[in-house]
Amino acid sequence: MRNIVEEAQHRLAAYNTRRHFLKQCVSGLGATALGALTGCGPGLDEPLVGASMGEKIADALTTHFPGKAKKVIFLHMAGAPSQLELFDYKPALNKLDGQDCPPSLLEGKKFAFIQGVPQMLGTQANFKQHGQSGAYVSDYLPHFSQMVDEVTFLKAVHTDEFNHAPAQLLMHTGGPRLGRPSMGSWVTYGLGSENQNLPGFVVLVSGSEPSAGKSIWGSGFLPTVHQGVQCRSEGDPVLYLSNPGEVDPFLRKRSIDIINKINEQEYRESHDPEILTRISQYELAFRMQTAVPEVMDINDEPAWVHEMYGTNPGKNSFANNCLLARRLVENGVRFVQLFDRRWDTHGAGPNNGVDGALKDACRSVDQPMSALIKDLKQRGLLDETLVVWGGEFGRTPMMEARSGADFKGRDHHGDAFTMWMAGGGIKKGFTHGETDEIGFSGISGRVHIHDLQATILHQLGLDHERLTYQFQGRDFRLTDVAGKVVKEVIA
Amino acid sequence: MVFMNFRILLIGVAGVFLAIAIFWVTQGKTHQQISYNQHIRPIINAKCITCHGGVKQSGGLSFLFREDALDTTESGLPAIIPGDAKHSEMYKRIVHHDPEYRMPLESAPLNKEEIALIAEWIDQGAEWEDHWAYIPPRHDIEPPVVSGQQETSNGIDGFIFKKLADNDLTPAPRAEKEVLIRRLYLDLIGLPPTPEEAQAFLDNESPQAYEEEVDRLLASPHFGERWAALWLDLARYADTKGYEKDLDRNIWKYRDWVINAFNKDMPFDEFTVEQLAGDLLPNPTKQQLIATAFHRNTMANDEGGTDNEEFRVAAVVERVGTTFEVWQGTTLACVQCHSHPYDPIRHEEFYEFMAFFNNSQDRDIYNEQPKLFEYAPEDAQEIATTVDWVTTHLREEDAVRLPEEGFLHEKKEALLYDLGYRKVEAEEFQASSKLIELMAPDQDVVWQVQDSSWIMFEDVDLSEVESISFRCATAISGGFIEVRLDSINGRQIGQTEITTTGQWKGWSFSKPEAALWKAFNTRLQPVTGTHDVYYLFRKNRDLTQHLFHLDWVYYHERTPLKAKYNENFNQKLAQLASFEPVTTPIMRDRPAQKSRETHVFERGNWMAPGQLVQADVPETLGEIPQGDPANRLGMAHWLVSEDNPLTARVAVNRFWEQLFGLGIIETMEEFGSQGNAPSHAELLDWLAVQFMDQHHWSVKKLLKQLVMSATYQQSSKATSDKIEKDPRNRLISRGPRVRLSAEQVRDQVLAVSGLINLEMLGPSVKPPRPDYSSNGWGSWVAEQGKEQYRRSLYIYTKRTSPYPMLTTFDGTTRNVCTSRRIRTNTPLQALTLLNDSTFYTAAKKLAIQMAATHPTDVARCLQEGYERVMLRTPDHERIKALELLYQDALSRYQNQGLVHSVALEEGSDDGDSARVQAFALVANALLNLDEFVTKN
Repeated sequence: MRNIVEEAQHRLAAYNTRRHFLKQCVSGLGATALGALTGCGPGLDEPLVGASMGEKIADALTTHFPGKAKKVIFLHMAGAPSQLELFDYKPALNKLDGQDCPPSLLEGKKFAFIQGVPQMLGTQANFKQHGQSGAYVSDYLPHFSQMVDEVTFLKAVHTDEFNHAPAQLLMHTGGPRLGRPSMGSWVTYGLGSENQNLPGFVVLVSGSEPSAGKSIWGSGFLPTVHQGVQCRSEGDPVLYLSNPGEVDPFLRKRSIDIINKINEQEYRESHDPEILTRISQYELAFRMQTAVPEVMDINDEPAWVHEMYGTNPGKNSFANNCLLARRLVENGVRFVQLFDRRWDTHGAGPNNGVDGALKDACRSVDQPMSALIKDLKQRGLLDETLVVWGGEFGRTPMMEARSGADFKGRDHHGDAFTMWMAGGGIKKGFTHGETDEIGFSGISGRVHIHDLQATILHQLGLDHERLTYQFQGRDFRLTDVAGKVVKEVIA
Repeated sequence: MVFMNFRILLIGVAGVFLAIAIFWVTQGKTHQQISYNQHIRPIINAKCITCHGGVKQSGGLSFLFREDALDTTESGLPAIIPGDAKHSEMYKRIVHHDPEYRMPLESAPLNKEEIALIAEWIDQGAEWEDHWAYIPPRHDIEPPVVSGQQETSNGIDGFIFKKLADNDLTPAPRAEKEVLIRRLYLDLIGLPPTPEEAQAFLDNESPQAYEEEVDRLLASPHFGERWAALWLDLARYADTKGYEKDLDRNIWKYRDWVINAFNKDMPFDEFTVEQLAGDLLPNPTKQQLIATAFHRNTMANDEGGTDNEEFRVAAVVERVGTTFEVWQGTTLACVQCHSHPYDPIRHEEFYEFMAFFNNSQDRDIYNEQPKLFEYAPEDAQEIATTVDWVTTHLREEDAVRLPEEGFLHEKKEALLYDLGYRKVEAEEFQASSKLIELMAPDQDVVWQVQDSSWIMFEDVDLSEVESISFRCATAISGGFIEVRLDSINGRQIGQTEITTTGQWKGWSFSKPEAALWKAFNTRLQPVTGTHDVYYLFRKNRDLTQHLFHLDWVYYHERTPLKAKYNENFNQKLAQLASFEPVTTPIMRDRPAQKSRETHVFERGNWMAPGQLVQADVPETLGEIPQGDPANRLGMAHWLVSEDNPLTARVAVNRFWEQLFGLGIIETMEEFGSQGNAPSHAELLDWLAVQFMDQHHWSVKKLLKQLVMSATYQQSSKATSDKIEKDPRNRLISRGPRVRLSAEQVRDQVLAVSGLINLEMLGPSVKPPRPDYSSNGWGSWVAEQGKEQYRRSLYIYTKRTSPYPMLTTFDGTTRNVCTSRRIRTNTPLQALTLLNDSTFYTAAKKLAIQMAATHPTDVARCLQEGYERVMLRTPDHERIKALELLYQDALSRYQNQGLVHSVALEEGSDDGDSARVQAFALVANALLNLDEFVTKN
């Protein structure tokens, strides 16, 4: 045993500069030798190596500059909510309601469904100003309207894609096609995790999976160790986490002990350092078997917490996922990604418009997302946790009127939509950017998806231009070849 | 000691020479020939190219091509005047005293040596050289002769052992026989040997024993399955289309083609040509057409509201990138937007190459046309018989002219058409409006028929047609179908009203039973000739997202030939029309008169077309062979021509990597100047030339050469010396020791437990998975019987939700071409191997065999289990450890009993005794050992 520890220490010592560390990650060896779910984190942790080695590795994983946020919770409303019913109040649009859209707006534009000359559609919601900051929020979001002084609204976000899957890919991987690493995997690649027993990047889904599928939390060309681990509120919280029926924890522990004992012997015979990594991964797997169900079990929360979030243990719901998100960041998970798919309100039929269907969708997220901010704040976690909310694009000020129908729906719209951010060193009660009088395009403070990504990384202490990975002969980064940090929103 | 001193002396002497050389150089009086690749490229790539390359040409200067570098820059002066460094702007600027002017800007100046080298190089004429990988490999390389104690088997060993000696290393001894046989099986057929097969090899004392095994394995049908796995990653083969809906795609025949091609040892040049241009060969066979499905593995977007042209272009662009990655080990993605930043490939050359693919007929439409239509063997038999019966029963005056050449489907269709049996499946339209969709999972019914949506069929001859029928189903008031000629606003020649056909649950998204379908008919105004026919859908009283389903369209002729015949005859025709084809998307070019023009996309944006270009290959990489057409076929011939510098090198490197764990060039996808340097440059070139000249592109011969080398047969055991000098085994100072691929891990578990079902080929299978997913409207109905134990390459690949066990072990999602899988080592892998239900069933199956070995002798049972799994005899320590686990488990099971037993089959009590359960836990541990998941 002593020998193995010395070997391991010798090996790890080779990695104690970031430069060397990242180089090794690139070459593949680092990924395998240091591969843990904890970023390119220590492949060997305390039980085998001792705390001192763990600390050395932690030092190696420094940020580019001190970051205000340590963790991110990204709430993605998949399908794209209408900003015109929620945040972007446009009285002028209401006056144009029912009139033909001016041709100048349509010139050179492509829409997913709108054909011919559509009519303008006034907002279906009632708006009021709220809080000290006086931000407009509609009556669709009664809980959230009390939180406006905690958040920064980005009113003029824009994207390049107008179909769900490519737009979701752009939002989460920086490119509209499959194959690139997601934001969460970039972050764990750059920073690792704070908890040795939990994955660094966790994904929670309510409703069905988002359009672009698992690829929006994939690791692309980064080592697969960085991919998001989908935790589920039904069944095994992590795939294959629970033992087969006839194996109880005692026997599982015994069998892992024996597996590792024989693997140690194998190491003494073949001297392949990869075996040491495998030994530590089996230990981590065993610890995860205890740690993950613990953090995923919300039954132990007091009644008032359940009341605040509107949770219902055992169900797959956005409310449960919000509460889980808080528990996960509390336990050191670096990046928590929530997807909620119910927002595609085309008005292509009854119960699919920005009146009824959107209102229903809001009802299921309004209370829990507000509770999440409140809860993080009262636990002192909001300062170090960046919460981001939004869809993959927005919706048109025109009525989609598919099939000439009279249902109040809006088409996909990438030119301008609203997102909000809270905590993690972002200004409170602030609004950045403005759209024209009908909410079609941004006229000031426009923020591209790559700018948003650059800003999120910046808050974590990462320079989006320096967080790179070499693949196919060139350096890749989350923000592709663009992106500017939105300095205006930083507190 | 004497030797050491000599070396130090040598270094000293070399140092003096170097100093003198630098002195000469700095004095500008050297006569040393400057090499661009050796001396100048490293300086330019490190210090200049970022601002003066393919992306940025600051001041109008780029160093990628000689002609650009000698051209006049924005200042009006050329940067380089060959033969005259003193007056060359480049020289003046690197020695400038003012930091505002001195290059590189805002960086440390070049050092004296670098400046002197550049000056001398310009004075010598500023000649450029291609990057080594763009120069064809030399044919006169001879393997080094090494003297040493280690025996060599073939030329490979000369290169490897020489380099080992240069690094003060010696090769490892030959691996033990039982290790070698397992390695060889896993490498060549992807499966471990059975205990009997392993024993036979151990018992065979002949000096040819090993070679005989190699030959046997190369001839095994499982050889093709193992090597197809590598190729399918490159071909991004999947059973779904990707993107949002990720609907099923029938393309497994391509997978089978790859397996068969490897098994037949189809020469790699032929293998290349058939996949890239099989359709352009003279009279292509069905198999050659199926081969072209290689490039139909691109993703297709069925999401509502997408622009088909956008995704057609995306697929075409992707084909350029994939072709270059697979055959040229070159990344072209960056050239889509601008000239290559580091390598001499111009922006417009990307689009010249794209022109090869831009003329294919496919265009991201739902039904994936063009396709090859085939039938299951038993159906094909029956169709052929029926076609014969019909033609022999035709009266002489009615004899129809069937195509003599051509496939069964085309013959059948021609016969039916000529006799006036003109039924056309609605989903096989040639174009449609945006909202039209097909119903999942079968995609054989037009769905989402909305007000004003339409579908179009090209070139329909309506001369004899008096009416058209539509088979529809709807639960609401339905709608109207208008028949229009040649455009959506063209002349309306017919209209029919579709009315309620019945009620059924979830009508708008579920397919109705046969009884709920009804044919609706419209008479046509007389029309002559061939037209594009548009079917325009209009709403009736009810307005919903979906008006009705449409199954097929039938053209009734005024006097069809079939009307002259009796009912029996007509039944035969109906029967012929009823067979379900098996389709495979293939490549087909548009006819010359309809060919597409290709333009450069400004900054890579498909909506900003620039200059018109003609199909061609990048200049740096040679040209299309003389006499070949400038189409995909000519392009494919260029790839496999002897003059192509990359194809053979790239291929050889891939096969090498599969056996040795790392490629000779580790960046398998990038041989350009940004890729890693080769670990054994001469070996790579020698093998590439051997592959072409000696083996005539035979993959089996190449693989035999690799596995016959003493290099391959080394023991994988490392020593501390080897770990220190060759930590990643780049020098191959020992045998390969790497974790098995995802497919091999699973197949091996199934094989050693005896669960495996070795049936080959056919449609993909869906084994049970713990995360049943209904995303993308395609469901995963898990196989129950032995189909679930098929080899892993037959597992249905769903792009947006790949099989979790495979991705956990670094399998790819097949969205894009993948040259190498980065091996990881994660706790999720541990959890999968420990807890996956299939794997535990395998452990149980092993446990029953272990328990049956001996009624009381536990150690013997354990030894039997270990040998079955590892194919070698365990030492005492291992048995002791396993016995400890067994005893713990046994007493736990005896004392507590267990409620949740894992039964092998329903109703079977095989696995219920405490003894078997305890052995199962041990077997589970065996299947988790490092030595099991690793190739030793």
